[in-house]
Amino acid sequence: MKDAPGTRDYDWWLLAILAAICALGVIEIYSATHASGLAGMHTKQVKWLIVGFVLMFILSRIDYHLILDQAPILYVICLIALAAVLVLGNSRFGAKRWIPMMGQQFQVSELAKLIIIIVLARFFAEVRSDELDLRDLLKAGMLVGVPLALILKQPDLGTALVLLPMLAVGAFLAGLKWQHAGVFTLVGVLLVGAVFYPPVSKHLLKPYQRERITSFLHPEDDAKGSGYQLLQSKIAVGSGGFWGKGFGNGSQNQLGYIPVRYSDFIMSAWAEEQGFKGVLLALGLYMALLLRLVQNAQRAKDRAGMFLVMGVAAALGFHVLVNVAMVIGAMPVTGIPLPLMSYGGSATLFVFMAIGLVMNVRLRRFVN
Amino acid sequence: MSFSFRSDNRLPQTRLAVVSYIIVGMIGLLLLGFWKLQVIDSDKYGQMAEQNRVRSIPIIAPRGRMLDRDGRVLVDNRPSFSVLLLRDDPKLVEQYLPVISDGLGISMEDLHEQLQNTRNLPKFQPIVIKPEASSADLDFIESHRSDIPVLEMLSVSRRRYLPGGFLGHATGYVGEASEQQIEASNGKLRPGDVVGKSGLERQYNDILMGTDGMRRVVVNSVGKEMKDMRLTEQEAIPGKQIQLTIDYDLQQVAEQSLGARPGAVVALDPRTGEVLAMVSRPTPDPNDFAVRIPKEEWRQLNEDPLRPLLNRAIQAQLAPGSVYKIVTATAMLEDHSISESFTTYCPGYGTFYGRQFKCWVYSSKKGPTSHGTTDLHDAILKSCDVFFYTVGMKLGIDRLAYYSDKMGIGHKTGIDLPSEEAGLMPSEPWVERVFHRKWYAGETISVAIGQGAITTTPLQLARLIGGIASGGVFKQPHMLKDAQNVAEVKFPLSEHTFEKITDGMYGVINEPGGTGGQLKLAGIELSGKSGTAQVIGYATRERMGKQKKFEDNAWFVGYAPKRNPEICVAVLVQESGQHGGEAAGPVVRDVVKAYYDKKNHKTSGTSTVTADQHESAPARSAAVVAPVVALKPEEPASAPAHTSERDPNPQ
Repeated sequence: MKDAPGTRDYDWWLLAILAAICALGVIEIYSATHASGLAGMHTKQVKWLIVGFVLMFILSRIDYHLILDQAPILYVICLIALAAVLVLGNSRFGAKRWIPMMGQQFQVSELAKLIIIIVLARFFAEVRSDELDLRDLLKAGMLVGVPLALILKQPDLGTALVLLPMLAVGAFLAGLKWQHAGVFTLVGVLLVGAVFYPPVSKHLLKPYQRERITSFLHPEDDAKGSGYQLLQSKIAVGSGGFWGKGFGNGSQNQLGYIPVRYSDFIMSAWAEEQGFKGVLLALGLYMALLLRLVQNAQRAKDRAGMFLVMGVAAALGFHVLVNVAMVIGAMPVTGIPLPLMSYGGSATLFVFMAIGLVMNVRLRRFVN
Repeated sequence: MSFSFRSDNRLPQTRLAVVSYIIVGMIGLLLLGFWKLQVIDSDKYGQMAEQNRVRSIPIIAPRGRMLDRDGRVLVDNRPSFSVLLLRDDPKLVEQYLPVISDGLGISMEDLHEQLQNTRNLPKFQPIVIKPEASSADLDFIESHRSDIPVLEMLSVSRRRYLPGGFLGHATGYVGEASEQQIEASNGKLRPGDVVGKSGLERQYNDILMGTDGMRRVVVNSVGKEMKDMRLTEQEAIPGKQIQLTIDYDLQQVAEQSLGARPGAVVALDPRTGEVLAMVSRPTPDPNDFAVRIPKEEWRQLNEDPLRPLLNRAIQAQLAPGSVYKIVTATAMLEDHSISESFTTYCPGYGTFYGRQFKCWVYSSKKGPTSHGTTDLHDAILKSCDVFFYTVGMKLGIDRLAYYSDKMGIGHKTGIDLPSEEAGLMPSEPWVERVFHRKWYAGETISVAIGQGAITTTPLQLARLIGGIASGGVFKQPHMLKDAQNVAEVKFPLSEHTFEKITDGMYGVINEPGGTGGQLKLAGIELSGKSGTAQVIGYATRERMGKQKKFEDNAWFVGYAPKRNPEICVAVLVQESGQHGGEAAGPVVRDVVKAYYDKKNHKTSGTSTVTADQHESAPARSAAVVAPVVALKPEEPASAPAHTSERDPNPQ
């Protein structure tokens, strides 16, 4: 399987959308931090973007079939790394998520997401029938379940949850039967119900997680906790109005009322300063990105490529949904960043590497 | 190791398409969420963001000063600090309450009560928890600025009055606006605003009170003020100052001369109605009220039987006693039904309608004596009761009521002070209306000498006597120097009446046998009329019987010169046990003398009390030279312990 894809085969539209989203992110990180002790954060983000771009390029050049070949080994490495974080990892904000690497703190679970995308693509591509039977479904569930449990143990509910849509989208495209889909939806609904029902949730969730749920449901009762964060985010978004307060003029943003305004709540800062028109632009770009991914999946050379691309789409789509819904107070605080806009090294690298896989699949669609 | 992938590369295009729709739907839902927040509820969140960001701290406008007629400052302000509690965040407030209680020395109960009382005010409005911050309090707040985010200092200006209650009843005092005042102000007043509560402070509150400004500061999420972010500041507009008709020099003499005795002094310029001095005793020090009156103190002031909150000059309604004889005399001359050469024989008492009425001379200190045969002039001089009993009987209550009414008894003078009382002139319609009975002819006898149901205020008497001595022109008393269109009542007296009456009042002081003989002032035509009134009237007597001993009230209303006076002074000394001429007369003389001393460019305030000082006015001459602040009660032990005013609402 030798090939020599040319540069014109890269998805330039996809790259353009990506660049636009990154630009919005850098602009808002600058606006949110330039007047504070965090000034200069935007240049750091640009550095991460450059590193990410390079990684994307590298990853796009290695034939994805070769990568899929190594799926079992990657899976084992992933599990070992997650276990290692639990044992050796550095605690920050009460969770063990980081291990030091080349002078930087890396979030191993970001890498785990990428590997699970690969492992699931390999698994679903090997399914021999058009319909996914229960045995294969359970196997796929096991593959996701083990790393998911390890990530939950950190604890990092947000990242753990991202694995579920990857599984769901993969299974759906692999021919999930409607009955099974029905059963899993029911289980999902029950699970969400349990999380929101205090007598049950106290057995399932950590206190801080339950607090987030409570404050999501009753933000006004919790004036300074995470309910406060959601309320301040809503105030920021709402006060932006249609036209926004202008670059660097969002009081909620500039005066620090928005929690982690450069990272998880960057959409809140953006919406305050740029208004509904800015939101329209940002969400439009995300929709274009996601649809572009689906289009790439539709044109993939084989099912393995399609599963890779759709795994990426599922992960990014879920990130956007959960993060943005949190910003407008429609979902509890989960700590999921907004891909490419939120400041963060590991998360940015994950997105670029995932896009690298997508490019990889695209570059090879005409080969053979 | 290589895995063989399915050779069949058919892709699930339908399911991929479904995923696309899900993506579009998802983005659409998110946009709907933003639309709700940013377009539909945008105003609400905009306000919330503003409340987050902006903390409003009032800038208190200083109240206008009060000056005397020569521009000397009577009331001004002093700078002070209040401690504000910011209540935006109830949880924070609750958290810091114990620290605040400890640091500022306010009990937790007190703090909780204040929070409870203000729970209906908007949250963003800070409340004053300590109106007068000490320097230790300021240090405490300054040093905990970063760790106690709910405290703020407010620069305020406090009222400063002259010490010892000087002019206190006239100036009144200020306090926080009551709920009724706020309601009645049509949104002009807000809770916590300082407004005039009594006296001139209240009367001219709209002039004196400025418009508070607002300092708006930007605060970040941890409550730190962002100094570099300037917001428009609404400047405070200071209140305007007012110039009073009060003459500081005369006021000072009046204050000292009355001393600590319960009573009142009013000095008027009858030509203009200007009030030159106004004293009422006892008096609280309004400086004590400038911050916040402690409840206990307020209760005591209200329950004190001496009623220190009463401005006796305009609110004490008492029988005028013999001062009223001037009205009876005027009525006699103007009515022409009685000959002006009419005389009576006074054996010390008279019998009318089968009842014996004593003349004061019968029970005087020298033992039962009599006035003998008296005409009008003698009767005024010696204040012969029997003469005026007879005149009153001959005129009847209708005529007396007519002249009294014309000359202002039973009517408010209309002075620019709140809560003035009108006094009462009894009449046939009045007893019918109030007591549902007929007028007893015997009542007329008492009324004719200013006893019985008749009551007047010191201000009314000053206006009355001053007006009669001006030929029947009664100017409306007022306190504001540049008052426009001063009202006047004209009840012209005939030249003859005018001369006879003023001759009589001149004689009271300047002719042998006059009741004010000891008040004579060289070179000044001091004239006037004394009065010694029984404290209790009919209504009270009926209720209380005679179990208690009531001392007489001493009156003296004097003026100078003899006709068309420049100054008229009414003095009341309550329950002194002395006659009007003895107890009240010297105060009149001191004030009139001070007036002329000043007019003739002599140094004011020096005593000219000479050797001919009557023995019945002891210790007072010393008070005149004493400094204002050194007011010593003269008879603290004998201060009567019962209500000294008549029932203020006889109806």
